[in-house]
Amino acid sequence: MTSSSVTARRNHGGFGTGLFRTLGGNALELVTEVGAAGLLLWRSSLALRKFGRSVPLVVEQMRRIGVDSLPLVIITAVFTGAVTAVQAAYQLKEFVPKIYLGVAIYKSVTIELGPVLTALVVGGRVSASIAAELGTMRVTEQIDAMDAMAIDPVRYLVMPRIVAALIMLPIVTIFADVLAISGGFVVANLSLDVSVKTFVEGMKLYFFPHDVLGGLLKAFVFGGIIAVMGCTAGLRTFGGAVGVGRAATRAVVASCVLILISDYVLATLLFKVIFGEA
Amino acid sequence: MAGQALIDIRGLFKAFGDNEVLRGIDLAVRNGETMVVLGPSGCGKSVLLKHIIGLMKPDGGSIVVEGREITRLARGELSNLRMRFGMVFQGAALFDSMTVGANVGLPLVEHHRTRGSELDRLVEEKLEMVGLSGTAHLWPSELSGGMKKRVALARAIALDPDVILYDEPTTGLDPVMAEQINELIRSTQKKLNATSVVVTHDLHSACFTGDRVALMDDGRIAFEGTTDELTTTENEAVRTFIARGRRRLPGEREADSSRDRFGLL
Ligand SMILES: Nc1ncnc2c1ncn2[C@@H]1O[C@H](COP(=O)(O)OP(=O)(O)OP(=O)(O)O)[C@@H](O)[C@H]1O
Ligand SMILES: [Mg+2]
Repeated sequence: MTSSSVTARRNHGGFGTGLFRTLGGNALELVTEVGAAGLLLWRSSLALRKFGRSVPLVVEQMRRIGVDSLPLVIITAVFTGAVTAVQAAYQLKEFVPKIYLGVAIYKSVTIELGPVLTALVVGGRVSASIAAELGTMRVTEQIDAMDAMAIDPVRYLVMPRIVAALIMLPIVTIFADVLAISGGFVVANLSLDVSVKTFVEGMKLYFFPHDVLGGLLKAFVFGGIIAVMGCTAGLRTFGGAVGVGRAATRAVVASCVLILISDYVLATLLFKVIFGEA
Repeated sequence: MAGQALIDIRGLFKAFGDNEVLRGIDLAVRNGETMVVLGPSGCGKSVLLKHIIGLMKPDGGSIVVEGREITRLARGELSNLRMRFGMVFQGAALFDSMTVGANVGLPLVEHHRTRGSELDRLVEEKLEMVGLSGTAHLWPSELSGGMKKRVALARAIALDPDVILYDEPTTGLDPVMAEQINELIRSTQKKLNATSVVVTHDLHSACFTGDRVALMDDGRIAFEGTTDELTTTENEAVRTFIARGRRRLPGEREADSSRDRFGLL
């Protein structure tokens, strides 16, 4: 045992303080990352002036962010709906008539589960891939090369990804909502003996358009978070292949955390303040 | 040839943490000449080039291009300046998600809105200049190192720049390929009548391509003169640099990699 290893241990403290230090460090890192992301978002919005020239780039990103995520979204949505049906039936049993099963599924899917779970699975996939792609471009000097030929990487790489994610996340979420409700219905129908009529009647009973709208608004915000956090982590990459791996991890962690936090904020804002009044 | 300074670098200072890489670089590149910057590996040659094109911000000193301090240019002005520059990166830095043709054509598409057959014609013309006609459909991953460098050169000259910056154009190439690249730099130089800055640690390449040579040593310019003066000067740093280069004789090249401490391969 050298003295340096002793001081090293002392500096790290026990498990408890070590944990807090790690949490503190991560929180600080997240705050820095969010600051950089805000700046990037601002620069991307300035780049919108040249949106016309970027349309093909946006379309390409819409395919990669939206269409290519569909298999994952289908599986997530169908099983989410099915589980919701089973859980709702179990929790409502004895107290609540079966007619409310439809509305329970519909509400939890459109308001919360559809947008959030879709954003989390698509976010994991998309923000990691954006960060790895831009990160690789950064460490192989492709971003520098772009800058050097007077092509703004924010306009060429970042803005199309953000716009595409803002458009595609709500669309993919609509898709997920429909599939999840269908999944829920199938389970309700086959194993819980709820007829089509009862299910649909129940849904109609408390159908508010703003439930769906609120959910899609969430999806829109989540889309922005996913793309901007992926781009931020990617552009800030340094240190070769290891750095690219780190960037991908950072992007996923940051977008998941921010999705969950903003979900809470949006839920309060939308369903208490805005729609709550109505 | 001896015009006024196109690029005038004064007291350029740059540190990364404790690592002081550039410690007061003074260098003037005249209009129309080819200036070669020599120096051992890791002395900050790439960092210097990145400052000239504004990819890095100096900690001190000034870089004046055509009478304008580039560190104080607004983003738009810097873009306009960069459009008249071409840079060949050390690692080629080709966009690996695009074909060779798309790489070379990107500046044309983005800045001149060139499309269709006109674009194909110009891309083919640039590729032909670097001896790679008919490769537009290939992907960067399908190219050899030397081909990548040449594509990077074709991309750098796509907009017919007034200034071309080369970062180690011949490093890692076999002698035949290196010779081809050297000649390419010369001929591009003549065809476009451009000002060039070539960064290298290859003495032969320096003498062949350069009008004037500067030697970087310990973060400063230790010597500046014509290629002829380089071989006759009594300058200590130059003599040491050349002596180190001599130690690597043909045949020793692959034999003993421990000799590459100075990165002379
Ligand atoms: N982005 C960076 N961050 C931190 N340090 C850097 C960075 N870029 C370069 N350096 C450091 O600056 C020094 C000079 O690097 P540079 O790449 O300019 O060397 P070079 O002269 O081009 O070498 P070579 O001939 O091997 O290409 C090195 O010590 C390197 O570690
Ligand atoms: Mg270098």
